Amino acid sequence: MTNHWVDIRNADLIIAMGGNPAEAHPVGFRWVMEAKEKNDARLVVVDPRFNRTAAVADYYAEIRTGTDIAFLGGLISYLIENGLFHQDYVRAYTDASLIVSPEFGFDDGLFSGYDADNGEYDKSSWQYEYDDEGHARRDETLQHPRCVFQMMRQHYSRYTLELVSSVCGTPRDKIQRVWDMIAETAVPDRTMTFLYALGWTQHSIGSQIIRTAAIVQLLLGNMGMRGGGVNALRGHSNIQGLTDLGLLSNLLPGYLTLPRSGEQEYDQYILERARPPLVPDEVSYWRYYERFHVSLMKAWFGDAAQEENDWRFDWLPKMGVDLYDILHTFERMHQGEVNGYICQGFNPLAAFPHKAKTTESLSRLKYLVVIDPLRTETAEFWKNHGEYHDVDPAAIDTEVFRLPTTAFAEEDGTIVNSSRWLQWFWAAAPPPGESRSDTAIMAGIFLRLQRLYREEGGPFPEPILNLHWPYRRPDEPSPEELAREYNGWALEDVFDEERNLVVRAGEQVEDFGMLRADGSTACGCWLFAGCWTEGGNQMVRRDNSDPYGTGQTLGWAWSWPANRRILYNRASARPDGTPWAARKAVVWWNGQRWVGNDVPDFPPTSAPGDGQAPFIMNQTGRGQIFARDRMNEGPFPEHYEPFETPIANNPLHPDNPLAKHNPGARVFEQDRENFGTFEEFPHAATSYRLTEHFHYWTMHNRLNAIAQPEKFVEIGESLAEELGIAKGDRVRVSSKRGFIEAVAVVTKRIRPLQVAGQTVHQVGIPLHWGFLGETKKSYLTNTLTPSVGDGNTQTPEFKSFLVRVEKL
Amino acid sequence: MTLRVTRRQFFKLGAAGMATSSMAMMGFAPEPAVASIRHFKLTGAKITRSNCTYCSVGCGVLLYSRGDAAINNVDDIYHVEGDPDHPVSRGSLCPKGAGLLDYIQSDSRLRYPQVREAGSDEWKRIDWDEALERIARHMKDDRDANFVADDDDGNTVNHWISTGMLAASASTNETAYLTHKVVRSLGMVAFDNQARV
Repeated sequence: MTNHWVDIRNADLIIAMGGNPAEAHPVGFRWVMEAKEKNDARLVVVDPRFNRTAAVADYYAEIRTGTDIAFLGGLISYLIENGLFHQDYVRAYTDASLIVSPEFGFDDGLFSGYDADNGEYDKSSWQYEYDDEGHARRDETLQHPRCVFQMMRQHYSRYTLELVSSVCGTPRDKIQRVWDMIAETAVPDRTMTFLYALGWTQHSIGSQIIRTAAIVQLLLGNMGMRGGGVNALRGHSNIQGLTDLGLLSNLLPGYLTLPRSGEQEYDQYILERARPPLVPDEVSYWRYYERFHVSLMKAWFGDAAQEENDWRFDWLPKMGVDLYDILHTFERMHQGEVNGYICQGFNPLAAFPHKAKTTESLSRLKYLVVIDPLRTETAEFWKNHGEYHDVDPAAIDTEVFRLPTTAFAEEDGTIVNSSRWLQWFWAAAPPPGESRSDTAIMAGIFLRLQRLYREEGGPFPEPILNLHWPYRRPDEPSPEELAREYNGWALEDVFDEERNLVVRAGEQVEDFGMLRADGSTACGCWLFAGCWTEGGNQMVRRDNSDPYGTGQTLGWAWSWPANRRILYNRASARPDGTPWAARKAVVWWNGQRWVGNDVPDFPPTSAPGDGQAPFIMNQTGRGQIFARDRMNEGPFPEHYEPFETPIANNPLHPDNPLAKHNPGARVFEQDRENFGTFEEFPHAATSYRLTEHFHYWTMHNRLNAIAQPEKFVEIGESLAEELGIAKGDRVRVSSKRGFIEAVAVVTKRIRPLQVAGQTVHQVGIPLHWGFLGETKKSYLTNTLTPSVGDGNTQTPEFKSFLVRVEKL
Repeated sequence: MTLRVTRRQFFKLGAAGMATSSMAMMGFAPEPAVASIRHFKLTGAKITRSNCTYCSVGCGVLLYSRGDAAINNVDDIYHVEGDPDHPVSRGSLCPKGAGLLDYIQSDSRLRYPQVREAGSDEWKRIDWDEALERIARHMKDDRDANFVADDDDGNTVNHWISTGMLAASASTNETAYLTHKVVRSLGMVAFDNQARV
């Protein structure tokens, strides 16, 4: 979240789109109700289903799954053409005034540089026009035909109300009503917040849906404001923390990135990431990349990392492809190129798309290690579970290890919630049986490997033999030691430019500003610097007072970065440093420095007259409407159909088959053959979560099993009537990749839509239940889903696919 | 004469119309009931602060356990409720959070390491040392056989892509940090967590 849970109460309008917080985040959703009750806020839901959030909303509009860019793109055009945007904010705080390169273009659904043979873009033309200093040219009047503002205006002029209605299936009057309510927040003293979750990410165009929302919020001046922002509600208790700590194919802690194979020189690696400002004198905070990188290498490799050896740059693995994401890895596994796999608290057989492919892939492994508190389907993928999972164990040669680990109640440590708060918790009891903590298991495996390399040698043993391992009990590093390590500490006395002592050798750093690129500091995750200082563990703090009445509670736990609660909060004040509106004030300039009810997201003494812009992580200092070359399918979001779509073509580009689906998406050949067509599978399906269950865990719990005991699918009344299905009948739902059977819930909550001149029925399939646990045995939902991902993140397209429903 | 009245009879008498308070004043009190008033079930419990392990609202949770930490006396969690001081959840829990005890005590919790041998139809219990030794052996053999120092273009890549790993988005930051450090030291890049899906 750019803002936080309690801040939702400060919103005047709440748009729940691509998420169903009343169902999936019920306690956080209380702050939406608080906004309605105490702040006279309105709640609007745009969703394929009239869901539990819609049930308490002020307004609901139905939409076809996967068409949110059309809905929001039309909104952008409506706001611009009617002057319903925050003009001062857009001019000063976004890149609207920057001029785009004349090489850049867009024609019938494709941006300049498309290579149809490889399905990839050459993104070199996706840039601003630069002067001799390397700074982007600007036109503050926003009149230049190639300034970002005019390019955006032109791009979305195609998204008319008629077209949006035809793509989304939403009636025109409903679209107009939602757009009007949103436009009311363009004024400085009203804010709107977007609440989204996996309903936006799990599409082949997911990242661009979220970018469209960000553009809307920049136009309305809602970023950095109380009750504003683009808020990812996130799905798991520490999914934010694992992202922050970089446990993803291409990342290092704190959003640092692994080198690509072509980046052979250390200086080149740093230069590519230590980004200079593209507008004169902007902060461009990533320019300090090297401080964070060197401090990380000192935390990991200790004295072995020295300036002479480029801080052991060669000890980091380099990426041979853009991502070794899960779709890529399971494709390779399916082709027999992967021998071993370790699942630490992850159940891929249930959680990954196209279960049949997942089963075949796991069967080709030599060894599989499952570390989990519970039985999982993945650990038992070799076992025959009858119709739900029909395999022959004798034909599967994978050796499977199952290691019992502690659950949350049996360990100390922190998790990061979607508000970016690191909250420390404690163990209340020992784990069952012989279960061990994950840290003990990881240390147990690592120390044995280290011993084997010491005794036997082997390829490239240096990083293993030299991994910094200063823990009091090497076989079980304590959470306290690890937290102090990711906070960071000084290895030598650190001085500033005026030779003032910043931090003494051996002391914990207070913030990431103390980190240095000369090897005098070590820090495992610069973004978390400040969480465990010389003042102790900041994550245990428990002062819930709210002296400003804004809901920031700065004394509760610790929030990254720097205990800041609202990101980009400099944008809550005008260029002259006074708040846009008193009731929305977060930080302001007091004549000497920035102060307020939150930690300012800005250099504290950068005076308004100095003219630095608020989005300090960006090279332009401004909110990026134009993404340059940072996205794989284009600098402006464009609507493309899901890879399995219920209509014949993309209504925006009916005559260009290359622009039917995301042109920047990566599709493996075998997966493409496994896509179904709407002729054979006519119903648009989407998967979702229920309040009573959490993925595939809670089916092991008696109370949850009582609350929701059996798998069902949701079908609208009109489709049910067409197919002769009554409520409670058993139905078979098939896709090109397999079928499931479940009880039919026939409902008024899903209505047929009129899309591009045809009727489209949508089907809702909850993702819960499996063939283990206390609930009734069932098929796994991901039997049905296609193996294709978002063009940037490769997050699978779980939310839009095709099925056929039949009565059994 | 002492009138012997059980607790149950006492209430019956009360129900017959006599004011119980005046009966007590007449020295006519029931014997102490064997059951007495049941103690509040959380009396004497140890209260531990925690956070819900499911979604990412991060609700404050109080875990109630009993046991005096003496040898052979093991704490057992027997009650879970919301933390009223928590600024987001203010003591509330959803149906999942309210059922956390059933997860902690689920029959599906694993209790000891096991292995399923190639082609076998059953789990076999093994001890920790055997499990970790065998896993380390597998990993070393695979890394030794498949580690890539240089790619086909002659670039130094130093990566190992024939073994992959999924980390857990319900694990702690401390687990995640240590896992990441170990994984990269081995050169592993086929590495993700639930944030990928």
